[in-house]
Amino acid sequence: MCLGIPGKVVRWIDRDETFAQAEIEFDGVRRICHMACVIEANEGDYVIVHAGIGISRIDAAEAQRVFEELAALGDDEGWQGADW
Amino acid sequence: MSDLQSHNPSWQLHCPISIPDNGEVITLSHGEGGRLMRRLIHEHIISAFGTMPSDSQAVHQNDPLLLMDDAARLPAIDGEIALSTDSFVVSPLFFPGGDIGSLAVYGTVNDLAVSGARPLYLTLSLIIEEGFPIALLDHVLKSVSTAARHTAVQIVAGDTKVVPRHAVDGLFINTAGVGQLVDPIAPGANALCEGDELIVTGPIGQHGIAVLCAREELALEPPPQSDCAPLTRAISVLRERMGMRIRAMRDATRGGVAAVLHEWAGASKQTLTINQCDIPVSPEVRGACELLGLDPLHVANEGTMVVAVEPGHADCAVEILRSLPEFVHATHIGSVTKKGISPVTIARTLGPEQPLDDPLGAPLPRIC
Amino acid sequence: MKYLDEYRDPAAARKLLAEIRRCANRPWTLMEVCGGQTHGLLRHGIEAELQGTVELIHGPGCPVCVTPLEAIDFAQQLAMRDDTILASFGDMLRVPGSRDSLLQTKAKGGRVKIVYSPLDAVELAKRNPDSQVVFFAVGFETTAPATAIAVQKAKCDHVDNFSLLVAHVRVQPAMEALACSPGDGVQAFLAAGHVCTVMGYASYEPFVKQFRLPVVVTGFEPLDLLDGILACVRQLEAGEARIENQYARSVRREGNVAAQELVNSVYEICDRRWRGFGEIELGGLQLRKNFHEFDALKRFKDVSQLPIVESSECRSADILSGRIKPPECPAFSHACTPESPLGAPMVSSEGACAAYYRYRNLQNNSPSGSPQKRG
Repeated sequence: MCLGIPGKVVRWIDRDETFAQAEIEFDGVRRICHMACVIEANEGDYVIVHAGIGISRIDAAEAQRVFEELAALGDDEGWQGADW
Repeated sequence: MSDLQSHNPSWQLHCPISIPDNGEVITLSHGEGGRLMRRLIHEHIISAFGTMPSDSQAVHQNDPLLLMDDAARLPAIDGEIALSTDSFVVSPLFFPGGDIGSLAVYGTVNDLAVSGARPLYLTLSLIIEEGFPIALLDHVLKSVSTAARHTAVQIVAGDTKVVPRHAVDGLFINTAGVGQLVDPIAPGANALCEGDELIVTGPIGQHGIAVLCAREELALEPPPQSDCAPLTRAISVLRERMGMRIRAMRDATRGGVAAVLHEWAGASKQTLTINQCDIPVSPEVRGACELLGLDPLHVANEGTMVVAVEPGHADCAVEILRSLPEFVHATHIGSVTKKGISPVTIARTLGPEQPLDDPLGAPLPRIC
Repeated sequence: MKYLDEYRDPAAARKLLAEIRRCANRPWTLMEVCGGQTHGLLRHGIEAELQGTVELIHGPGCPVCVTPLEAIDFAQQLAMRDDTILASFGDMLRVPGSRDSLLQTKAKGGRVKIVYSPLDAVELAKRNPDSQVVFFAVGFETTAPATAIAVQKAKCDHVDNFSLLVAHVRVQPAMEALACSPGDGVQAFLAAGHVCTVMGYASYEPFVKQFRLPVVVTGFEPLDLLDGILACVRQLEAGEARIENQYARSVRREGNVAAQELVNSVYEICDRRWRGFGEIELGGLQLRKNFHEFDALKRFKDVSQLPIVESSECRSADILSGRIKPPECPAFSHACTPESPLGAPMVSSEGACAAYYRYRNLQNNSPSGSPQKRG
């Protein structure tokens, strides 16, 4: 079961540990999601939501890694656009 | 029918008005032809349409509805006519952006309009569940009336049935419509040729997402809004300005844009190709679709159509549509290409086209 | 949408694709564990682009597909009871049981309600105090925290008419079973990003040592998938076998400890029959004793379990274990279609057969879609 979608924490409703809830924004819509497993997330952070509960806080620095790697690959000729 | 009906009738969902506990309700006697029924028809149904101005010159001086004959007698129509019928069983009856009343008018009006006709007359059949609040019926009829006025069609005949509890889910409506075919008439999907260009008239998937979120109580804020609206104006402007350069038009209702493309591919024996990045999707629908695992291309619309135009004329059609305030998001999304293995293809991230599947039944929210 | 759109960028995807081709000096065979990854690979045309470079074998990662028949049959019997509402994720509705799908059960008068979250089922129970509400708790480790919170919420709020029909499954025992099966040509694994988000990947370290197969924890968007494949190819070319974490924006080595504690407080590990696989040791979760009052199997003891009936033509077991690709099944696209599926992989939106059926037309044109025997 893998449909996990990143959403932005816009408002904490209840940071009580067992049934913590926050309002999470997914592009144009918001939904109240359970946050017991991502209690460390702050407003403005992104969390991955699965079946109505947050399962991880997105690490913004790690999220950049693939793009850094892409930049490091550079634009050296010989392969770029080879098959396109 | 709502699976939990005994506990939550669907008309309670998103009911726009407060209904007092002791409010009057429809009973089986309202459908049995006697005084109660005549009163219901006169005081609630006909009165809802009584103030409608005659926008159309063709409308008979004596309102056929007021005559309450067994059939409406209408003036002769010059040339060919188009006839269409549709039944409306939407659950819930009220949803953000519309209700079963506006849907019942725009649905049939749009079917006539995309077929090349100017909609003139509608019939209105109501199948009402006993116990349905009369105040709510009034509300729906007001929506019907507003929508009819908005599209300059006249309700000329009708029927009212009351059925026992649970035989229908609150209220079902059937409308049949008559329209006058107006030249030039688009030749239709059979005539699609390689190179023809495909347009959608607005952001897709809005009606289906609005109804799904309302029915399944998905608690998304703000509640996604239906696009339930007439296409008559867009069609008449397009016809005026583009004439025979329009190949085909189809409102993308159940099954969404994907279903229209598949039907057209089947009818024309061509392959239709679209670009994912060009498809207009509102942020609400985008967010809801990602969350629920749905493809907006498979989700129903009620005021958005797909238009095919001759090669090289998409930009012109888009410009014409965008001059109308309701269609500022009209977009060129693809074209008719040489017949390939797949009837409909879509270019996603990696460029080469992938087959776009024909929707299978209603989209169900998923988590995997 | 942030964290989605940038990972679907075409130019970046092409660059990664070119780099994979550059790195691979021979063809490699990888297995993506999760069905979400299978769909991403087919939907975005990645599998077709990589033909001849990387062959992708589709793993068992569709919990809907492996949910045992007896659980589906039991859910249908519950839905047909006058006093019971069966709440389920939409995914399960079209999956055939022995006789019907839940959608057919609903058509026959069963009360089935789709929910987005298990917690919505608890609210449903509160709103329908005269009915029993049973939530069909399917899914991998990713989903178990959500159902665990739901049952805790029901206990806390004394929602006595709520219960769970638990069919949760655990991925790693199944991966071990696959890695052990001789003749399986898999040379590296893309591990399921969201399962690892919850469970972490420390537990794969002994796995990697034991089987000497690279494992790369991988996300679901095109760039994630390509990046994960690239990492596998680099390891394979270098003769290495390590655990790597491509999906580090979501996955930590230790996983989500709060989620694990939540799951452990409600569930214990048990053996479970997987549809298509048979009994998998430690392959499932069941409610702990102190939550037995919320166990639908215990609450509805009076509901007799009917004998299960499996289709004889369907080879979903071989497909789920990666032994054959869907087009190699004799029933594929003839007796078995999404309209009338014989096996779960054809019906689930995540299932390998449904993915192949959906994307088969163009795939037929390319060698990657033609039957390929592995042994």
